[in-house]
Amino acid sequence: MINVRAIRSIFHYEMSRAFRTALQSIASPVLSTSLYFVVFGAAIGSRIEDIEGVEYGSFIVPGLIMLTVMTQGISNAAFGIYFPKFIGSIYEVLSAPVGVVEIVAGYVGAAAVKALIIGIVILLTAMLFIDVEIAHPVAMLTLLVLICFAFALFGFIIGIWAQSFEQLQLVPLLIVTPLVFLGGSFYSITMLPPVWQAISLFNPVVYLISAFRWSFFGTADVAIGISLAAIAIFIALCIGIVAWIFKTGYRLKS
Amino acid sequence: MIEHVSEVEVTAEAPGTGSSRPSVSVTGAELNNRPEIMIAISGLVKTYSSGFEALKSVDLTIHRGEILALLGPNGAGKTTLISTICGITVPTRGAVMVDGHDIQSHAMKTRSLIGLVPQEITLEPFETVMNTCRFSRGLFGLPPNNAHLEKVLRSLSLWDKRDAKNTTLSGGMKRRVLIAKALAHEPQVLFLDEPTAGVDVELRRDMWDVVETLRAAGVTIVLTTHYIEEAEAIADRVAIISKGRILLVDEKSQLIAKMGKRSLTLDFDTTLEALPDSLASYRLDLHTGGTRATYTYDTSAETTRIGALLRDVNAAGLSVRDIHTEQSSLEEIFVSLVEEDTSASMTNGSEGEPTA
Repeated sequence: MINVRAIRSIFHYEMSRAFRTALQSIASPVLSTSLYFVVFGAAIGSRIEDIEGVEYGSFIVPGLIMLTVMTQGISNAAFGIYFPKFIGSIYEVLSAPVGVVEIVAGYVGAAAVKALIIGIVILLTAMLFIDVEIAHPVAMLTLLVLICFAFALFGFIIGIWAQSFEQLQLVPLLIVTPLVFLGGSFYSITMLPPVWQAISLFNPVVYLISAFRWSFFGTADVAIGISLAAIAIFIALCIGIVAWIFKTGYRLKS
Repeated sequence: MIEHVSEVEVTAEAPGTGSSRPSVSVTGAELNNRPEIMIAISGLVKTYSSGFEALKSVDLTIHRGEILALLGPNGAGKTTLISTICGITVPTRGAVMVDGHDIQSHAMKTRSLIGLVPQEITLEPFETVMNTCRFSRGLFGLPPNNAHLEKVLRSLSLWDKRDAKNTTLSGGMKRRVLIAKALAHEPQVLFLDEPTAGVDVELRRDMWDVVETLRAAGVTIVLTTHYIEEAEAIADRVAIISKGRILLVDEKSQLIAKMGKRSLTLDFDTTLEALPDSLASYRLDLHTGGTRATYTYDTSAETTRIGALLRDVNAAGLSVRDIHTEQSSLEEIFVSLVEEDTSASMTNGSEGEPTA
């Protein structure tokens, strides 16, 4: 039987942490997004020709949302589980009548919702600067939710793996940021030379951004089916790792 | 050593016998049939991945509603034992049953019965006291109950601090919050891991009062400590643990009676150069400038020879002005046991244990 009250407690506790630091959690991504639109949309964007028939300012909206949602999802979830580990209060969660389902639903759910809120705030911010048309709104929202969840799950794994604050920053900074930037957040991979196009296809983020952009403009670098399969595989892989962590107690129990 | 361990088994197999403590004051028909044993630990071994053997086959039975003090030096395995029962540490071998449920196959059930107050102060710094306690209650699957939380916080003198952030509290207050968190989910078993380490006298008294109230409510309490006075003050039974093994478990009063050496001190009217030869067999210790002599005897011996001693003193013509007796404290018992254990393992040079 699932301990629903425990899920609610963890979720609420994690969300209240975000609200305590609302200025930092919400205002900073809004500010940085606005800067991107000023620089890339208004200043530089006017000198860049349309990509696949989409004005550059609009073109970068899905990529920008993805960039923020992925990094926020990872860092929120990683910090959410790393912090109790760091201060030692994790003992309570480990000794409580909760299992992997409650812990993941609570911590990953909260991190995913935080990322989702920020993603929507950025979308609304973007709408202040440019006309954003969404071709497939339901698909867009579904993809956004899935991607928030997937990256929160990934961040949760990093948070359990990390044994220092440096390690906590290491993966997001050295691996995720380059993958997101090179995943076509600000360009279509069809703009790259053939060799780099082929290399890009090994970057999982390409599939996510491509699918998300499709939900906005109806065009994609990669077939939407392949993108969905890639997202599903990524989530399945993360769930598998989390299940293994809780089965073995890896870096949670001695 | 062997005698002590066999004593453990006898005590462990005879729950509730010879106890001087009052019976648990729980009522209700469904409670009458509950077994007397709350926690049964058998053959529990914990070897850490580093190879360190923290627990070497621990057998221990904890009775429902009692206060058991787990006494041992630092590094004896107290925290490992507690962590294992609570599900934080994975046992290498052996079994632990809590209220008849196995801690591994029925972890959710056993964990819901247990409250843990850890040794280290580990609190979410920027959360308020009240929210911290609400979180604990929810985590254990219980519906919100502000009246209960108020009662708990008041009993720990924390009610005025309920809206304060944990980080603003003093060390003693933080420790109270840890206790409040454990009590927030109404546990049937409470583990207190060194609850009064480094806290002032006032908090120690408060905590003992809380423990007393909990015991009256039927809560089983296991307390680890290296303060003997704490065990002496509040425990019903004492288990002495050293180097991952339980050396002895007994009623506190029995322990003192059985293990305790008593001493009888005689104050003489006159100053003696030496004691008469007729008293040689008592091995008296003449001290304080020859005005006092102390006789040490064992209460568990067949005869204490006190009557004979007094007759012989009288016969020797010594005039006694005053007499007083002293009982050895748990601390002295504890130190002698641990020293005995250390020297035994040094001379044996092996880890082979009779009950392992």
